[in-house]
Amino acid sequence: MTVVRSGGFRRIAIGLPYLWLAVLFLVPFLIVLKLSLSQIATAIPPYTPTFDDPATWWDSLRQLTFENYAWIADDPLYLNSYLISLRIAFFSTVFTFMIGYPLAYAMARAPEGWKPFLLMLVILPFWTSFLIRVYAWIGILKPEGLLNQFLLFLCVIDQPLVITNTETAIFIGIVYSYLPFMVMPIFASLDRMDPRLLEAASDLGSPPLKSFWSITFPLSLPGVVAGCFLVFIPAVGEFVIPDLLGGSSTLMIGKTLWMEFFNNRDWPVSSAVAIILLLILVVPIVVFQRIQDREAAK
Amino acid sequence: MRHRLSGFNLVSLVLGFGFLYLPIVILVIFSFNASPLVTVWSGFSTRWYTQLFQNQGLLDAAWVTLRVGLISATMATILGTFAAIALTRYTRFRGRVLFTGMVYAPLVMPEVITGLSLLLLFVAVDFDRGFWTVTLAHITFSMCFVAVVVQSKLLSFDRSLEEAAMDLGATPAKTFFAVTLPVIWPAVAAGWLLAFTLSLDDLVVASFTTGPSATTLPMKIYSQVRLGVTPEINAVCTILIAIVTAGVLTATLLNKRRQVRREREGQAAFA
Repeated sequence: MTVVRSGGFRRIAIGLPYLWLAVLFLVPFLIVLKLSLSQIATAIPPYTPTFDDPATWWDSLRQLTFENYAWIADDPLYLNSYLISLRIAFFSTVFTFMIGYPLAYAMARAPEGWKPFLLMLVILPFWTSFLIRVYAWIGILKPEGLLNQFLLFLCVIDQPLVITNTETAIFIGIVYSYLPFMVMPIFASLDRMDPRLLEAASDLGSPPLKSFWSITFPLSLPGVVAGCFLVFIPAVGEFVIPDLLGGSSTLMIGKTLWMEFFNNRDWPVSSAVAIILLLILVVPIVVFQRIQDREAAK
Repeated sequence: MRHRLSGFNLVSLVLGFGFLYLPIVILVIFSFNASPLVTVWSGFSTRWYTQLFQNQGLLDAAWVTLRVGLISATMATILGTFAAIALTRYTRFRGRVLFTGMVYAPLVMPEVITGLSLLLLFVAVDFDRGFWTVTLAHITFSMCFVAVVVQSKLLSFDRSLEEAAMDLGATPAKTFFAVTLPVIWPAVAAGWLLAFTLSLDDLVVASFTTGPSATTLPMKIYSQVRLGVTPEINAVCTILIAIVTAGVLTATLLNKRRQVRREREGQAAFA
């Protein structure tokens, strides 16, 4: 009796989420893959289904086409989108690191009693909507916005700066939105550090800056690496930030996919765009997983 | 680490947190601006808030968002907790590698792809798009976040308690509800809160998977933001920020109190 019931609980605990993810994650992904290999049609849904009927499976297989991929490879628009996305994600990660590290470092050195409060302060923005946080920047950065008013008031500039609808605005948006993702892992690795190491170094006559570069920084590297991946990976496929802050001039790939889908209604090409994006992201994701696993094993 | 903040540390803290909070503070302040311009202050007023409550479209969207959030967070918590148990307690079952992959992949999947793929599924099975498709989509990605949160708690859990219960004849289900769940409860609650805010915030996946019958609040905000910045949107955002902040603060305080109480009980037991 017990055996049967224990099997029951186990079957539910594994089976339910398994089934759910298979139907709502795996199958949709396979549909995207399939659709990226089919032809566009001006019907609703706007594509020609490829191998739906098992009976005509072989016929369908021959109808598969790499046309959408060829189309993407031919049009510099797509290639540019991918390159722009990677470049923006890369530099945003660097900037986020440059702002995040000093913050995480100061948090780790703060008195023990402050730490929970400081952590809370970093986590809280993470819970508020991306959309809202990006929206908040529009009011600040636009030509008649607060930043320009402030700078004009200080007479630093005599012409309002154009920041919205430029790459600069996207950088600000990404750095701002993803800063908690950078700060948290770096703080965690710095906080774990044994303070006696620094004391020993200083007793042996090492100046603080040297101790930082030869002890603190190397020990915080796992946190730095984790933070960089946590910023870089989602930033590549970002849609809201480039759309609201970058305007029409900067086409990141998330936005290209969105437009291909909603404006051009070309579902097969947007599916192919999605598959290529995933292929690009697989490399950093796998590297990241490897590093995390190694850390966990330690 | 040493407990002495250098001047550089203090500057980093002030600038860092200033950068994180200034935009939000400005947004909140200008939601109380009397002028319809979001950048020129002309006196305190709550007119945008009163106006909000007359905007039927916005209220409808808020209601849809709230229902999607409540249903999807609850379902995601149940499924995510099961997934976490499967990952930590049942180390051997067929297709475990695939299962692990499916739990982690949605965490890093770009939203545009999640949205696109789910929409294609709903079209393929000819499912009417609207409230339920958005809810299903939200359950799917947020259950993975719940699974990760609960999993980390399960990993730090003392398994001998579970083993003791089983040795005394409790079934796995009973062990789970009587021993495991009470201990991992804070993580389950945190998972629910995370799932709820993820659903509340989501624009991209909802835009792909919804139909004409259901517009969520982020979609409504997005379409208005594209037309320009208005104090009315500032007011909506302020209310959302207030709700989320209140939720997170309450959860943290409750957790803290629990911890303090447990420590006190522990001390009493040793005294």
